[in-house]
Amino acid sequence: MSRPRRGVAPALLTLLLFWLVGYPLVLTLAEALGAPHWTLSHVAEFAARPAEWHALWASLWISLATVVLAGAIGVPLAFLFERNEFPGRGLLGALVALPVALPPLIGVLAFLFLYGESGFASRAVQALFGLTEAPWRLSGPGAILFVHAYSMYVYFYLFTRAGLARADGSLLEAAASLGASRSRATWRITLPLLAPALSGAALLTFMTSLASFSAPYIFGGSFRVMTTQIVASKLNGDDAMAMVETVALALIGFAGLALLRKAERRREVAGGTRGVAPRRRQLARGKWAATAAGWALAILLLLPHATLILVSLVPRNTWTTEALPPVLDLGNYRSLFSEAERLRPIVNSLWMASAATLLAILLGFAAASLAVRRKGRWSGPLETLIAAPWALPGTVFAVALAAAFSVHAPWAGRFVLVGTLAILPLGYLVRSLPLTGRAAFAGLRQMDPALEEAAASLGASAARRFRRIVLPQIRPALAAGASLAFLAALGDFVVSIVLYTYDTRPISIEILSSLRIQEIGAAAAYGVLLTVLSAAAFLIWGRRTEA
Amino acid sequence: MSDFLRLESLEKRFGALAVTRQVSLGAAKGEIVALLGPSGSGKTTVLRLVAGFETPDAGRILVEGEDVTALAPERRRFGMVFQHYALFPHMTVGENVAFGLAAGGAASAAAKARVAEMLALAGLSGFEDRRVTAISGGQQQRVALARALAPNPRVLLLDEPLSNLDPTLREKTRRELKRAIRKVGITTLFVTHEQEEAFELGDRVAVLHQGRLEQLGTPEELFERPATRFVATFVGRSSVVPVAWKDGARIPGGPVWPATAGGGLAEGDDADLVVRPEGLAFCPSPAPLALEGTVVERRYAGRTAYFLVATAAAGELEVLAAPDAAREGDRVYVVPAADGPAPRVFPRQR
Repeated sequence: MSRPRRGVAPALLTLLLFWLVGYPLVLTLAEALGAPHWTLSHVAEFAARPAEWHALWASLWISLATVVLAGAIGVPLAFLFERNEFPGRGLLGALVALPVALPPLIGVLAFLFLYGESGFASRAVQALFGLTEAPWRLSGPGAILFVHAYSMYVYFYLFTRAGLARADGSLLEAAASLGASRSRATWRITLPLLAPALSGAALLTFMTSLASFSAPYIFGGSFRVMTTQIVASKLNGDDAMAMVETVALALIGFAGLALLRKAERRREVAGGTRGVAPRRRQLARGKWAATAAGWALAILLLLPHATLILVSLVPRNTWTTEALPPVLDLGNYRSLFSEAERLRPIVNSLWMASAATLLAILLGFAAASLAVRRKGRWSGPLETLIAAPWALPGTVFAVALAAAFSVHAPWAGRFVLVGTLAILPLGYLVRSLPLTGRAAFAGLRQMDPALEEAAASLGASAARRFRRIVLPQIRPALAAGASLAFLAALGDFVVSIVLYTYDTRPISIEILSSLRIQEIGAAAAYGVLLTVLSAAAFLIWGRRTEA
Repeated sequence: MSDFLRLESLEKRFGALAVTRQVSLGAAKGEIVALLGPSGSGKTTVLRLVAGFETPDAGRILVEGEDVTALAPERRRFGMVFQHYALFPHMTVGENVAFGLAAGGAASAAAKARVAEMLALAGLSGFEDRRVTAISGGQQQRVALARALAPNPRVLLLDEPLSNLDPTLREKTRRELKRAIRKVGITTLFVTHEQEEAFELGDRVAVLHQGRLEQLGTPEELFERPATRFVATFVGRSSVVPVAWKDGARIPGGPVWPATAGGGLAEGDDADLVVRPEGLAFCPSPAPLALEGTVVERRYAGRTAYFLVATAAAGELEVLAAPDAAREGDRVYVVPAADGPAPRVFPRQR
């Protein structure tokens, strides 16, 4: 309804969101420029250090190489599952998308236990050939790329499958009727039409890789990318340098977002043709080969997670040089729940993720509601502020929040929150806003405004319209956004490592400290727990979404 | 006849664009008024102003003498049927119809009885537990009507209520809709861009053009005595001939035809002559009033046919005559019909 309703609500919400999202970034920029003395000396120092340029270059080339590798795995997989029919296609097709649902740290942990120096794979090779040392070390850029490719091919896989499913089969038939062979049709018709989907996937992969922290942190060693460089500067107490590095990374992130927006616009144009996707090919001769390859692939992809479960059953100090662990029991899980110090991170993660998700739903919905239902001058700023954290690596926000909320200056909107219970949920909240906000914006935009008008004409008050009409209509979208936000907060490592305190340490930080003191069984048990909690949240919300 | 519903000088602008200008009209209790106009004429805006979804920049809306202009839509007690019905997809048919009933809830016996009564009126008895997404378009339209009427509103508003139905269903639904509205006896305002629909459903028809009310009248009045050139050309079929208005309609290089002048026309003005196919006839030989021409198209319509005649003086004219009156390519003579609606002249449109 477009009855003019004036109010300060949109302005106040814009201000609140700016305080949460924009203000810390502005303060970070100011500190990078030496405020209040204003100097370019930190920037000059940054530019003069070869290590900074190495990290910047490493971030870029690792991200580009990740795009190439992820594409090389994801695109052929998408063609295999979308264009061919073979036994187990549905189940395998879903399993292949699994890595996207798991926190990055869990993937890293699983890789460590499978392919690391003392992982199953290296022990097996060692035993097989009677080597005295581990056959390889899982470290450096190669290890990072290995993990990235494994976890990020899913973007290419999902985007390409969606693009293929949308494709118009009559175009291929037209090409065939003009005498084009299957391969010519693929090169000249299918791939060009997929271009927008591929460029979207490429940029998403690039941004995710640019922001990636867990893999470079665990496997990088002395090889630094920008995210690990920032955290290292921060931990070394070189705050000014951390700020300059953060600004540099943020600028790359914004450039990536600008490119992504452009690609999305192109995709809208390309989406103009609609048709029926071509029928899947019934594989005759290749059927069993494809089936076997599919299952082998699924096992390969699930192996790291199976490893995680196995390691979680290994009691402390029982597994030394054997190829397989000699003892397995549930002791690690028992200690998670019986020892107060071990239970603490679980409780922390749960309450902080829940609080952040709840607030993110409220803020995301309020912003969407004010921007979509009462269009006005604040609509644009509200949507931009909600979406902004998505464009920036988590490290950037973590450092920015640490900078903004470690000073007591109430007149400037700054309070000392670092070191308190509030800062981590606040950090999770900022990171979750784009997830709940985008869902709320999409849900409200899809809702027919006439539904609310119809309720009004039937005498329903604003409150009743909200409860009976608006909420039931956008609940599925909100639930989907909330489940993503909860998963992200529950598994967060990037923001946590910068902002946690001993009392608020979440599961991810506890996994890291368990690894440090060689309690790999406990670390794996936490990892399995996190996976189970994530899967449960996903399923519960997923089911409610369908209802 | 005192008006039950009155719109007084309604004005609405969206930015610099005036979408309704000085629209005033009234409807007696139980009367059905159709708002007819091409797209962009402002008819939907008028309906939304009455419903309260838009606020007028000027003017008033009165019901039984009560000024409701500033009242929120939920407090006007007006029922509305939306173009796409706006049925609540997460509720059953019964829940949709019960939504507007007074607090006490859809579960109360009174509410159940009212829902049943309304569904019976709409010819959908027993549909209470169906999902609104699982019934046909025609049934959805009737649920929307039942839902709008259930709270016993003072005025019923319909926004292109039949535009989503396929043509064969439309005529049947139109008759059922009229019967239901008549049975309830409710004052009704409805928007349509189809003349046939407006003429069949409306007691009176308001023709809107570029935000202005051109004419409000019965179908007969609009057809036989159009007040403006727009109404004359928009309602029914017609041909337009540029003429000079001096002792009749002077067709340049042709005869002077008798005609009735519309408002604002002075002797000697340039004018447009608007003549209906029924207002023209063929004559067998040259006559003082006749225009000579060639039949370029013949469209058969059962007991009559429409002939498109190209004339040198007056351009193309459409003539209604017996199907065998002429064939394509024939030379013919066209004159004003003695018993047809008189040609009318309006100021020349620039």
